[in-house]
Amino acid sequence: MISQAMVVLVDGINYSAWLFLSAVGLTLIYGVMKIVNVAHGSFYALGAYMAASVVGFWFTNNYPPYLSYFALLFAALLAGFVVGPLIERFLLRYQYGKDEVVILLITYALFLVLEDVLKLVWGVDPYFISEPYELLGNFEIAGMSYPNYYLLMVGLALVVGLSLAFVLNKTRFGRMLVSVIHDREVSAAMGIDVGRVFILTFGAGCSLAAIAGAFTAPTISVTPGLGVEVIVLSFAVVVTGGLGSLPGVALAAIIMGIARAFCIHYIPQLELFVIFSVMALVLSFRPRGLFSLAEARKI
Amino acid sequence: MTLDRTTLRFGAVLALLMLASPFIPQWALFMLTIAGANGLVVLGLMLFLRAGLVSFGQALYFCAGAYTTGLMALLLGVNEMLVLLLASAALSALIAYVLGFLLAKYRAIFFGLLSLAFSMILYGLLVKTEALGSTDGFNVPAVTIAGWLPGSGMVRAAVLGVACVVILFCVSFVQGLLKSPRGLVLTAIRDNEIRTEYMGASARRTIHLIYVVAGALAGFGGSIAAIAVGHIDPTMAFWTTSGEFIFITILGGVGSVVAPFVGALVFGIIHTIAFSYSPNTWQMLIGLSLIFVILLLPDGLWSFVRKVRGLKA
Repeated sequence: MISQAMVVLVDGINYSAWLFLSAVGLTLIYGVMKIVNVAHGSFYALGAYMAASVVGFWFTNNYPPYLSYFALLFAALLAGFVVGPLIERFLLRYQYGKDEVVILLITYALFLVLEDVLKLVWGVDPYFISEPYELLGNFEIAGMSYPNYYLLMVGLALVVGLSLAFVLNKTRFGRMLVSVIHDREVSAAMGIDVGRVFILTFGAGCSLAAIAGAFTAPTISVTPGLGVEVIVLSFAVVVTGGLGSLPGVALAAIIMGIARAFCIHYIPQLELFVIFSVMALVLSFRPRGLFSLAEARKI
Repeated sequence: MTLDRTTLRFGAVLALLMLASPFIPQWALFMLTIAGANGLVVLGLMLFLRAGLVSFGQALYFCAGAYTTGLMALLLGVNEMLVLLLASAALSALIAYVLGFLLAKYRAIFFGLLSLAFSMILYGLLVKTEALGSTDGFNVPAVTIAGWLPGSGMVRAAVLGVACVVILFCVSFVQGLLKSPRGLVLTAIRDNEIRTEYMGASARRTIHLIYVVAGALAGFGGSIAAIAVGHIDPTMAFWTTSGEFIFITILGGVGSVVAPFVGALVFGIIHTIAFSYSPNTWQMLIGLSLIFVILLLPDGLWSFVRKVRGLKA
């Protein structure tokens, strides 16, 4: 009984960490730029493919295996901070005056384009890079064995979450971000370079998606269509938490992760169903998500 | 329901199409039928877009309609196409009526994402239901039309004919709705909801109404698609299906009740050509044309028609 509960808890926490990593970039970009970025899923896939190439290269050249985790991180940051800012600078920047829904449609179009670009660059055959996953071995709780890679994912989620909280609350750049979140125009009038804040935020948000993809890549087979599933799950997490809220994403990821692990162990038919049910349930009672600010209605 | 000029002209075009159908190749008849089915779903999305709403979950009603048709034909042995169409639309409308109580309160991004959640719930259920074929879906038996079982050479044309009748009926209904005070409120809601309510119109009720209408339209569309393809599977409820509908909505524009069908036809042609020549880049083509339409043709393909009319006048 207790060991059953442990299994649910450990699986749940691991899945929560994955959900958090996948979704946190989406909420960052929405919070600052008010863009619902459908192309987020493509950056996740891009991160995974970059990781596949870099790690493949790493192990065929027999570089020190334990440094391959830094290679994963580097691959993700490279993907996010090169492609993200390019898209922001040459396409999205000209659309900011438009309706949120129109910008959502543009990022949807970008998603479609990027999906096929990935196929053109990396082909349609699957990639397997399980070396970083197998390298770490296993640990045991209550007689059950789990891969140590779980711990790495949870640790990564904690590091990402805490450093984002630190940057937002304690640094000069974070304060600039918060001020842009509250009022773009006044911030610009106060001398904040809003354009620079936007390009950095978009790059950071895309990199976070790529990091999630890169660190998931060793546990799966990297195939086309990877981003399609991730984007709707990330939407569910972010909207449930309250669009733009960092603690909201964390809480929603934990609730959904545990709920899914519970379902997989006891009622496996409801696996996919449960996440969107949590979302629908939360939104029925709190229309703007768990952590949401009241918004003044403009007449 | 008044028969105005738009409906009459569109009806004439459909009648000409049916007269020409013996000379149209089978694959093109199939493409036209699917375009018609998509157009019906998009007709509902056009109503939403008039009120400034975008639904990322209209595939829910499309899929519900298709599964109603498939299950009734398979389990209850109902093979009459007209009965299947009406039952599918009625069930989709019923689901929309129930969910509408919740969704009609939401606007902007939240409307889109909550409807997405509902369609993904249906997808998740269907994928895990072994009895309904899980991810493979199942085949839909052949149908009769008013008791007549069309031969294999006639079936595509016959289904298209019935689809045309349904489309004409729906188009004239929506046209009547848009001309009614209730329909005119939609644009007012998009422009300024609070002021609209001060004038005494209920935004929530209006949106609930169009939500049910759009659900029924998507139910018709799903039923026609299920009969035309002869096979249904859970991807009909997946969010990418909703995404395709949104693409067609933007492509056609909201200028007229005929625009969704123009959009659906163009989408069908792009899909057929691009998919057969280059299956790995057709999404890119769709994405690029979506960006092109949003940036350069904000009113969709229908704005060409407007321009031609403007030149005449």
